Amino acid sequence: MTWTRKDLLDIQSLSLEEITTVLDTASAFKAVGQRVIKKVPALRGKSVVNLFVEPSTRTRISFEVAAQRLSADVINFTTEASSLKKGETLKDTALNLQALNADFIIIRHSAAGAPHFLSRVLNAHVINAGDGAHEHPTQALLDAFTIREKKGRISGLNVTILGDILYSRVARSNIWAMRKLGANVTLCGPPTLVPRAFEQMGCRVTSDINAAIGDADVINLLRIQHERQRKTMFPSLTEYTSLFGLTKARLADLRPDALIMHPGPINRGVEIDSEVADGSRSVILEQVANGLAVRMAALFLVNGGRGPQEVDADRTAALAA
Amino acid sequence: MDGPSIHRAISRIARQIAKGQHHPGDLVLVGIQTGGVRLANHLAGRIRDLLGHEIPVGELDVTMHRDDLDQRLAPPVHATKIPVDITGKTVLLVDDVLFSGRTTRAALDALNDFGRPRRTQLAVLIDRGHRELPIMADFVGKSVTTAQDDRVEVEASESDGWARVTLHTAQHSSGSNP
Repeated sequence: MTWTRKDLLDIQSLSLEEITTVLDTASAFKAVGQRVIKKVPALRGKSVVNLFVEPSTRTRISFEVAAQRLSADVINFTTEASSLKKGETLKDTALNLQALNADFIIIRHSAAGAPHFLSRVLNAHVINAGDGAHEHPTQALLDAFTIREKKGRISGLNVTILGDILYSRVARSNIWAMRKLGANVTLCGPPTLVPRAFEQMGCRVTSDINAAIGDADVINLLRIQHERQRKTMFPSLTEYTSLFGLTKARLADLRPDALIMHPGPINRGVEIDSEVADGSRSVILEQVANGLAVRMAALFLVNGGRGPQEVDADRTAALAA
Repeated sequence: MDGPSIHRAISRIARQIAKGQHHPGDLVLVGIQTGGVRLANHLAGRIRDLLGHEIPVGELDVTMHRDDLDQRLAPPVHATKIPVDITGKTVLLVDDVLFSGRTTRAALDALNDFGRPRRTQLAVLIDRGHRELPIMADFVGKSVTTAQDDRVEVEASESDGWARVTLHTAQHSSGSNP
């Protein structure tokens, strides 16, 4: 098991072995969180910049705590108080951060591909914390980690992703991860938000919630992304809840051992009832706790990985020797 | 070094350890991942036979405390399990091969996060020299003269057995039994 990548940009380009390496490494880091002293010196002297050009609390704080537990220094960057507001380009902002000795840049951006772009122009390690509706790799990895921990395996499980798929980066990253790990993936939601095109990613697509949840081992709920919808995709939230919400009444249709997951923030009474979110089958808060371990693993692994520039420099040095 | 001589060396170390304990009830063995864990379990069995009570055994992964993380790909991280509070105890760190001393240094740091032992000691199966830090073992199975770029391989077989210790010399990779 080896990890050679300098960055963590998406799930799509990862191999099954690389995904498994992250999950195994995260297990070891989860144990660190259960010690009296929850800090290890692995990234001592390194700087991690949280470059969040889009709002976030959970993911940003999770990366911040993860970096601190690895003994790195953390700088939080918010758009409101930055020169991005004055018209500076993302590239210039990032190059300036690198000039200030940032070793890691955790980026969240509304434009798909922004982390990939930065990874090409920076020597610093880049971790994608969500780019538009494209990918959110650490969320998919923490979901996979939680499922593996609870179920002992992922291969062969029926995983249903319910809600706004079209605008969801969590959905895309999860579909890639679950397919690579061998799960059967069902997508369910209003046809406007779950187009048939997703069948090309190897998923079953349905608008019938009863068909989607009855045999599911895992139900991953997604929030309606008001901020990404340019027009109304369904008549009303009330109708959405009655057709696609995981309500208290629908609990009876689930398998008794089904896991209920949600990447947060949850909209109680819309996609999920409070009784379900706080019920015994819900692992929503465990997902948050596992996110810490997965992000520690991601930082730790990419720290050892090297970019093409450094590999080239090594090759030149080897030829000269 | 063949299987029976490894077993003899472990028995001898066990006797020395048992004899050296003023408070045998306070002894905790901690094997360094991955090579030291098997040896720690084996040693604990022998010491138990000598002292007449169970010896707690832990596993310690030092990866996160290494000093070369920037110069290599991220190494695999293994489990750390320390079953008892080590504060005030005698902790015996166990590793298969002692070389530069850097792993031991990392282990001492890692141990710090779990408590403050009254005393920490080190037992190794093979001491191959070439220390880069001021560290020495309290208990040594066998000291071997090696060149800096030789490789010492400790092989365990299934069941309880220790197969052999092989010194692979850098010049010709065929290997020889020291």
